[in-house]
Amino acid sequence: MDISKPVERVDLLEKCQGNALFVDDLEIPGLLHAVTLRSRIPRGRIKRIEVPEIPERYWIVDYRDVPGKNSVKMLSEDMPFFAEDKVNYIGEPILLVVGEDKEKAKRILKDIYVEYEEIEPVFTIEEALNGNAPPIYGDNNRFVEYEFSRGDVDDAFRKAYRIVEGEYRTGLQEHIYLEPQGMIGIYSEGKVKVIGSMQCPYYVKNALVHGLGWPEDRIQVVQATTGGGFGGKEDFPSLIAGHVAFASIKIGRPVKLILERNEDILSTTKRHPSIVRHRTALDRDGNILGMDVEIILDAGAYITLSPVVLQRAIFAGTGVYKTPNLRVKGIAVATNHVPSGAFRGFGSPQAFFGVELHGTNLSDEMGISPFEYKKSMSVRRGDLTPTSGKFRSDVKIDEIMSRLDKLSGFTEKYRKYRDEKWKGIGVSLFFHGCGFTGDGEVRLDSRVKLAKRKDGKVEILVSTVEMGQGAQTALRKIVSHALNIPIEQVIYRNPDTDRVPDSGPTVASRTVMIVGGLLHRACEKLKDHMGEMEYVVEERFRMPEYVRWDQKKLHGDSYPEYSWGGVVVEVEVDPVTFEVKTSGMWGVYDVGIPIDERIIIGQLEGGMVQALGWAYLEKMDLKKGFLIPGTITDYTIPTAKDVPEIVVELVRTPYEYGPFGAKCAGELPFVGVAPAFASAVQQATGIRIDKIPITPEYLLEKMNGD
Amino acid sequence: MVIEFVLNGERIKADVNPEKRLLHFLREDIGLKGTKEGCGEGECGACSVLLNGKLVHSCLVPLIMVDGRDVLTIEGFRKTERFRVLKEAFSEEGAVQCGFCTPGMLLAAEALLRENPEPDEEDIKEAISGNLCRCTGYLSVVRAIKRASIKGRGLW
Ligand code: FES
Ligand code: FES
Repeated sequence: MDISKPVERVDLLEKCQGNALFVDDLEIPGLLHAVTLRSRIPRGRIKRIEVPEIPERYWIVDYRDVPGKNSVKMLSEDMPFFAEDKVNYIGEPILLVVGEDKEKAKRILKDIYVEYEEIEPVFTIEEALNGNAPPIYGDNNRFVEYEFSRGDVDDAFRKAYRIVEGEYRTGLQEHIYLEPQGMIGIYSEGKVKVIGSMQCPYYVKNALVHGLGWPEDRIQVVQATTGGGFGGKEDFPSLIAGHVAFASIKIGRPVKLILERNEDILSTTKRHPSIVRHRTALDRDGNILGMDVEIILDAGAYITLSPVVLQRAIFAGTGVYKTPNLRVKGIAVATNHVPSGAFRGFGSPQAFFGVELHGTNLSDEMGISPFEYKKSMSVRRGDLTPTSGKFRSDVKIDEIMSRLDKLSGFTEKYRKYRDEKWKGIGVSLFFHGCGFTGDGEVRLDSRVKLAKRKDGKVEILVSTVEMGQGAQTALRKIVSHALNIPIEQVIYRNPDTDRVPDSGPTVASRTVMIVGGLLHRACEKLKDHMGEMEYVVEERFRMPEYVRWDQKKLHGDSYPEYSWGGVVVEVEVDPVTFEVKTSGMWGVYDVGIPIDERIIIGQLEGGMVQALGWAYLEKMDLKKGFLIPGTITDYTIPTAKDVPEIVVELVRTPYEYGPFGAKCAGELPFVGVAPAFASAVQQATGIRIDKIPITPEYLLEKMNGD
Repeated sequence: MVIEFVLNGERIKADVNPEKRLLHFLREDIGLKGTKEGCGEGECGACSVLLNGKLVHSCLVPLIMVDGRDVLTIEGFRKTERFRVLKEAFSEEGAVQCGFCTPGMLLAAEALLRENPEPDEEDIKEAISGNLCRCTGYLSVVRAIKRASIKGRGLW
């Protein structure tokens, strides 16, 4: 049977019925509630904390209650669970008030007084790199810096017939997963169990091992039904998992911490703001001789995941363009706002916003249709990746583009809108690297288990979570097809670290291709033992042999495989209000063989709408360290009324090492929308767009010549 | 104060703080967890219920306003044939991802179809515009409600 044929989602019924148990739905006897005291200033020293008398059966939990190291272990250890003597952003947690009644705990919180000594803060990339404030990190505010190159880019610029430059900026974006973050910590008999909304049970576990200083077997992490993540529940949950664990250990009762929505907006990670600079050397015919790219990410107060976000960004620095010479630099800088973190696309949307809008500008310079220009300048199979690895599989740009043209009518509309002001159409071409970046998958060393049980069923034992993306259904489907058993015979519970091996985090569009691939191989092993009463097989990640990667030089195959896409966006701009109406979006994507076509379409449509929000609606700025807007009332994400007609189609290039030929899909649809949208607005208005979100105010400013 | 109202077809009587929000009463006092809290500020629609047949954000409704009225939550609605038809349609169109918005969306659909059993796309978008969904991008939800309205002709 065709694996792509949709089946009913395994979690559909309980979600429709309201029976799915999210963390806030769990009933646990004796539960206490925690509320968080947060920094009100962007940067400073804590001189003194004045705590009023605390009523009985209420507790304060702070850094002194962290049994192990007061740092949330991620890629580095600079972020504390609780601020000790200094704070680095508004919203940084300082202490908890815990008690039976949440409202009362909040009142106690209000009476706690913190005296600060303020330090001059750093708010922007420019201030971080060139300002006079004392550095937040190291001696130059640079968390990390990378560079790689190919050929002789300076020589290319010397020989250029034409040089095109551009600077492109993107803003903060908040995830607004519909379920706010939350955790419950339960301590009993020397063991702590944490249940909550999360993408990465083992990240949480490892952070707890570090924060508690306890052996692993005394720490258990269980995922509750998770109401959306999009990267926002990749690393942040480790922080609040620590909070509830420390509190429950101190008090000896279970403790729940659920962020209120505006608190979630205030204190959880955001998409990195960015500046992307391009300089491109062209010959007389518009062929690209060399590309010089610089990407700067505003990482916020702590390192968290920024080095890898930056890597994914720069590895997409030159986009789909073929160039013999290139130089790509990246910097992630420290600033005094909430840490920037993972958000669907993980740096790649920023890079592609820059390079694809730049691509439109290159074609404009040459007077060629961007559609034709991008298609003809793009890599094909066998060409080099930005990091000088090889695109080994078929790159079906021609098919993607011809289908896109048919669906959207780009060529005709583009010609028409040249003479018709206020209407425009834009196109982008892009890829997404599947799985962890660089040597990431090797370091993760993922394992999966598959267990044939006495009752004849087969259980999937992995740490991958369902967060809405369809993992529960897709992974079950892979196993059911590989073993040729009905999907109802496959069990897959929410991960519990006491039961499942570490198959890595649920991120990087890696679930189907990497974890599903391991399960597929595990099925091959299990096949011959299905007759036995009980049998368990384990599979471990092996990088496909063709992958060549040098992590020091950032050279080679930065990903084992790529998914591809092309997007067209059509807009109409109101000549009076400058409001942009999206008239249509079309996407053609090659994600390999879809494991479930309906789930894939859902990922593609949903991702495109999130990206549309980023492109023109979701404006969030920093004013004196405050996020403005900082509330759900004022931070606008798309509603049903903002969504245009969207048409998506699939091109299917099977990937030999993916389960049933599947590649990656979750992040890809986020990547292409913003540059196509900006290109369309550019055509409609004649304004050179250099920033998103493209709000009416921004367009007005530009119209008035800045 | 003592209030009385009909919850999912059953009469209930309770001594409550009249200011308490219906959402919290349902979740904490009655133990009905199908109604979700996504914001507590009337912005997301995850807490949608029907009050005398009209869609409301239960996080904004003080209990005093519920006195003498009729409340339908997902726990009541899920027993109906209309729910079954909507659920099928949500399945076939892929309108459920994380599921946090889903009970509210289903009730928004029910409220719409009661008023307008043959809605067009614009009617549907309008009707669910108070219900945020960050996962699906809404189009599948719109298709699903349309499909349910056709398949379930005569039910509404
Ligand atoms: S919780 Fe009521 S509208 Fe969001
Ligand atoms: S399905 Fe996740 S918010 Fe709607």
